[in-house]
Amino acid sequence: MSVLILGATSPISRALARRYAAAGHAIFLGDIEEADRIAADLRVRYGVTAKSGFFNAKAFDSHADFMAQVEREVGPIEICVVAFGAMGEQSDSEGDFEAARNVIDVNYTGAASASEAVAHAMLERGSGSLIGICSVAGDRGRASNYFYGSAKGAFALYLGGLRNRLFKRGVHVLTVKLGFVDTGMTFGMKTGIPVADPEDVARAIVRAEARRVNVLTYPPFWIGIMGVVRAIPEEVFKRLSL
Amino acid sequence: MTTWASQRLAGWGRFPVIDATCARPERRREVIETLKSRAGEPLIAHGLGRSYGDAALLEQGRVILTRRLNCMLDFDAETGWLRCEGGVTIGELVDTFVPRGFFPPVVPGTQHVTVAGALASDIHGKNHHVDGCWSDHVRRVEILTGSGDVVTCDAETEPELFWATAGGMGLTGLILAMEIQLVPIDGPNIEMEAIQVEDLNHFFEVSSESADFTHTVSWVDCVETGPSMGRGIFMRGRHAKSTSATGFNPMGLLGEGMDLDVGWMEANWLLNRLSVSMFNEVYYRHHPGGQQDSVVDIPSFFFPLDVVQNWNRLYGKRGFVQYQFVVPPDPDHEAVSEILDRFSRSGMLSFLAVIKEFGETVHGGLSFPRPGVTLAMDIPNVGRELMTLLDTLDEIVIAAGGRVYLGKDARLAKANFRRMYPGWEKWRDVRDRWDPDGVFQSDLGKRLGLVG
Repeated sequence: MSVLILGATSPISRALARRYAAAGHAIFLGDIEEADRIAADLRVRYGVTAKSGFFNAKAFDSHADFMAQVEREVGPIEICVVAFGAMGEQSDSEGDFEAARNVIDVNYTGAASASEAVAHAMLERGSGSLIGICSVAGDRGRASNYFYGSAKGAFALYLGGLRNRLFKRGVHVLTVKLGFVDTGMTFGMKTGIPVADPEDVARAIVRAEARRVNVLTYPPFWIGIMGVVRAIPEEVFKRLSL
Repeated sequence: MTTWASQRLAGWGRFPVIDATCARPERRREVIETLKSRAGEPLIAHGLGRSYGDAALLEQGRVILTRRLNCMLDFDAETGWLRCEGGVTIGELVDTFVPRGFFPPVVPGTQHVTVAGALASDIHGKNHHVDGCWSDHVRRVEILTGSGDVVTCDAETEPELFWATAGGMGLTGLILAMEIQLVPIDGPNIEMEAIQVEDLNHFFEVSSESADFTHTVSWVDCVETGPSMGRGIFMRGRHAKSTSATGFNPMGLLGEGMDLDVGWMEANWLLNRLSVSMFNEVYYRHHPGGQQDSVVDIPSFFFPLDVVQNWNRLYGKRGFVQYQFVVPPDPDHEAVSEILDRFSRSGMLSFLAVIKEFGETVHGGLSFPRPGVTLAMDIPNVGRELMTLLDTLDEIVIAAGGRVYLGKDARLAKANFRRMYPGWEKWRDVRDRWDPDGVFQSDLGKRLGLVG
């Protein structure tokens, strides 16, 4: 079986790649930089086929060719993880729409474009799993990160629609909504809420995919937190700073 | 763009503790960027924080947390050479390569150290008398120097930079990657002999009879004075062919496969005269006496304390100091006897102490090992009384022509350091040539006059 991971240099992706490699699967890693380091690591540690290639989320036109290249090199993609993302600085996005657009293009347009390209190949075969990494930040718009949140929220909506469409054709879509994870995005944040270990996140994702779960929220306590956050009437919510 | 954030940091001894401005790069590009975004402040790398004192701390400056730069890059099963990044740990090497019949060339008493830290402290292990230090088994070390250049060095290429980096406490630059010569082993076990030694002379006797064992170390009771001063359990072993563990295991602190986290037991009063004496007595008496032969697994032989997570917290919030010194060979063992005697009479306590004879290999520079005997004691940080005692012990060590281990140090005075490491000026010259602007500094480096 072959696994494609897009945005391969993040700690969550690395932990996922290690798990799939430990199980003996061939891995292809796409990233805008340094995917070759991670691929080498998988080859040395697990003795599996691990290849890498340049993948740019915003080069939408290149995505179909990229998928073809991956399948030429490691065979049919059985699992694809769309894990890339860019949080940016909310204040930069407010001051300069180009910055905002980058956040939207990477987290939504690029993610949807890559998903379409891989879904196309999976549809033809009538099998495969697409895992999309989203965020609980996409569940409600907040002043502190609404460009990132709206793009991730849009990606989650997109994945819901895609699941609805592909389900009848044997292709599974897993939406992963993550709370705080100990990555570069959260490093130095004063969260006040426990931050999840990337290894635990990866374990939960692999398990959820194997069980054909539709939506995984991790850590699970975020289901409760976001239930409360979503329940607050907008008239009240707009006055809060969360 | 680098994210800098304040974090509370300490070494394994949890003394001193500082608030540091930290970055945690996850990509090679991000490491190099920290040099540009440091706002003129000095830097030091911090791996798993297992040096004991202030070697990987820098209060007035910035700390680069390197634990996520841990890719293995290439392995040649024919020759055993592994290329990997600096944040790879000894534990990862053990997990990955023991099943394939390879072992790290040198391992310390814990597997939770990075390979970059292993080079920066030029670590030694139970096999020093045959295999030397970590730096004797690496090549093509990639260092990010203060200028921003990545320089490759080893015994042949840029030998001075390599010489200064081995044992250089991270002060020549940030160690990005290296090649390590892994050694073939016959199996995942160690055949070992444990011998109850009655006193210090008995220890040296057994040690001199153990030349054909690749690994030797001895636990020593530092509470006992008088005729049985220096009593302990001498352990010697070699990689075994047999695949199953058998016999009495003196290294097994807990049952097979057990794992214990004692972090919650943090309390200053826990390790007191009574509990430490009792531990020493029980540990010594628990051993059946005479010589015991057994086959044990690699973790329980090399990393017995790793099964007890956060054991450093047993010393309480005050932390602890490890005092490790080496003194040259001496038929009368005067310095060691005097130090053990002074120590046990001082009323200070050492919960764990180990003693070992080093081999002949000398790296020079700031690398610690030299021919002679080394003793390491973990001592609760009771404050000034301890510091005064250790200053006295420094004098004994210096008079004997010995030195203390910088990887364990949190308190050595600059003047005494210079008497212990007379080659420090040459080291400093080499370092300054590679880092004229003093980009890489540490609290230890500043305290000992290695930088600034």
